Amino acid sequence: MQTANARIGLVLFMIYLVLYGGFVFLNAFSAETMEITPFAGVNLAILSGFGLIIAAFILAMIYGLIARSESTNASEGGKK
Amino acid sequence: MIYEPSMVAVVIFLLFVGFTLGLSFYLGGKAKSSQGYFAAHGQIPWFINGVAFAGDYLSAASFLGICGMIAFYGYDGFLYSIGYLAGWIVALFVVAEPMKRLGKFTFADALDAKYGSRGIRLAAGISTLAVSMFYLIPQMVGAGVLIQPLLGFPHWVGVLMVGAIVIVIVVTAGMVSTTWVQFLKGSLLVVFSLILTVILLGRGFETAPGGIDGYAFREYGPFDTKATFEEWDLPSELTEGEKVESLSSDKTTILRFEDAKLERPSYWSVYSKNENEKYLLEAQTVGTSPSGETLVNGQVKGTQKGEPELHPIGYISELPDGQEKTGPLGPLSFFSTLQESEVVLWASQPGVDDEGQSLTVYYQKPTPGSQILRPGEHPRFAGIRSDHWLDKLNFLSLMLALFCGTASLPHILIRYYTVKDEASARKSTIVGIASIGFFYVLTLYLGLGAMTSGSMDVTNSNMAAPLLAKSISELLFAIISAIAFTTVLGTVSGLILASAGAVTHDLVSNFRTVEMTDHEKVRLAKIASVAVGGIAIVLGILFEKLNVSYLVGWAFSVAASANLPSLVVPLFWKGVTRQGIISAVIVGMTSSLGWILLSGDTYSKVYGLPAEDALAPFSQPGIITIPLGFLTLVVVSLLTKEKTED
Repeated sequence: MQTANARIGLVLFMIYLVLYGGFVFLNAFSAETMEITPFAGVNLAILSGFGLIIAAFILAMIYGLIARSESTNASEGGKK
Repeated sequence: MIYEPSMVAVVIFLLFVGFTLGLSFYLGGKAKSSQGYFAAHGQIPWFINGVAFAGDYLSAASFLGICGMIAFYGYDGFLYSIGYLAGWIVALFVVAEPMKRLGKFTFADALDAKYGSRGIRLAAGISTLAVSMFYLIPQMVGAGVLIQPLLGFPHWVGVLMVGAIVIVIVVTAGMVSTTWVQFLKGSLLVVFSLILTVILLGRGFETAPGGIDGYAFREYGPFDTKATFEEWDLPSELTEGEKVESLSSDKTTILRFEDAKLERPSYWSVYSKNENEKYLLEAQTVGTSPSGETLVNGQVKGTQKGEPELHPIGYISELPDGQEKTGPLGPLSFFSTLQESEVVLWASQPGVDDEGQSLTVYYQKPTPGSQILRPGEHPRFAGIRSDHWLDKLNFLSLMLALFCGTASLPHILIRYYTVKDEASARKSTIVGIASIGFFYVLTLYLGLGAMTSGSMDVTNSNMAAPLLAKSISELLFAIISAIAFTTVLGTVSGLILASAGAVTHDLVSNFRTVEMTDHEKVRLAKIASVAVGGIAIVLGILFEKLNVSYLVGWAFSVAASANLPSLVVPLFWKGVTRQGIISAVIVGMTSSLGWILLSGDTYSKVYGLPAEDALAPFSQPGIITIPLGFLTLVVVSLLTKEKTED
């Protein structure tokens, strides 16, 4: 099963895997880094946690949009 | 604390349950075929199904467990939120569409469609049952925990009630009504969490010397750090001080005094504010009298307001720049203010000897906000601050299990069969991610809000979210408790349905030579639901004392180890054989279960044996058993390849 949707899914999955993996390893091996407050007095632990949740949503939306446009393209192509 | 069942709570609770049951009966009339019973005719609109995903997924452990963990330890509970959500990425990008394309009722279907093997069905069916059972126990325990304060019934009544209601829901209408219950619960949970968060931000922070009952905990000092406590200039009410033998790893000194003010002994902890100053902070105790009554702070615990009870806790001792009240806060200044504040957390020391009786002492731990908002403060996550690599591995293992577990949970997988096509499966997963993600963002506000609400029960972190609501208004408490209870109902019905589906399609049909009729299948599934529900009730009563969120982590490990390899590898590699899948499911399931049963946590919390004797080097199996499942699949497939080609 190597449909176009599956390929896009895999790429987006890899992107998220890197983000999540980075977050987990940073926590495990450099917990002190999470204490710095880079923005608005809020620490990196909270910012990156919120970031991961928002990233999941954005990637999901991207997937939803691309996957849909593809299927409509395919059906249009079929009509021609 | 004393929980008085309130009339409002009971009424709202009954309304919820009544509405849910009514909906079930109404929809039950519509679902006649097995297609309707197990998969709601594949006719659920994708948006409804998406919110129902949230309803299925946001179990008692998410709502009560995470909020409680954040309220008592700070940031660490949020790591669960992040991991639970990340798992959805695996579900959406890898598993959702193929599952929908290949299967009909259960995830064994999807595998069976490809390999046509009874063995696969059997193995997948058993693993579905095992994971569902593991996941059911904490939900049932959660129900018992909730019902106690809400309606004043003992634990077992709560478990029995939930079990009975859920069996009725599942038996009357199957997946259709279960889906609508989930939808209702999912949306209510998100909406009311948002309302609570807005109220919290509007309320801001305020310093206090104690909880909302108005009791100010006594504090004396500063004392000289170099002198022993006998040499300190103690207040006249405290005499005959003696040091309590310390049993916990925490180095806090606990002292006992004859207390002239209370006219009985009182316990105190010594707090070092800095190198030169020590303070004496009043502690609280829970024990049992020789006649079996519960003693709180040395008195027999009362049953009504005004009688002796533990004082509520959870308050800010210092705000930035010496303020006493912040006024309304923004979503970011909420954190930056807390970062600069000091909050009084409480820790406990069990097994303190009080004239032959064993006491648990709860003592204050003033903690800077910067520490509360960083990872690694909860004992279970403290490993990330240790230099020992096994402790770090335990953390990595948990985060891996959360990441891989979601997409392998049977009650989540069956929800892919309630929508009409792959596009709907995709869209409903996206709606699921949006609502679940939004809720998890709110958990951090709710947890920290509860931590500073002055209304926490020092003995029970599971009650944090409902008690936070109680500190705002009685009505909100009633609504939140009812939602939490519906949460349990929803998740339990999803799990029982998943188990019943596995029994019907994967275990029984498999060994019957004659194909069952639709009617027979539905009847069998209903009998299976009653049986599974019955077992869940018994287990829920037996495991009363076990921590709720703890078991859920394990359910994720078992689900990921047993199911994920078979779900994912066949998508990318044509060489997978049926023997490979069967052995991967069996090896993944038994190795992760075995590891859990031999882990230090189980030794100390279930068997009552010393954790050091455990055979498993750390508690979370995921990091070993998930790769092991994948490896088994690949190796066995390679070994059996020629045979299947012949």
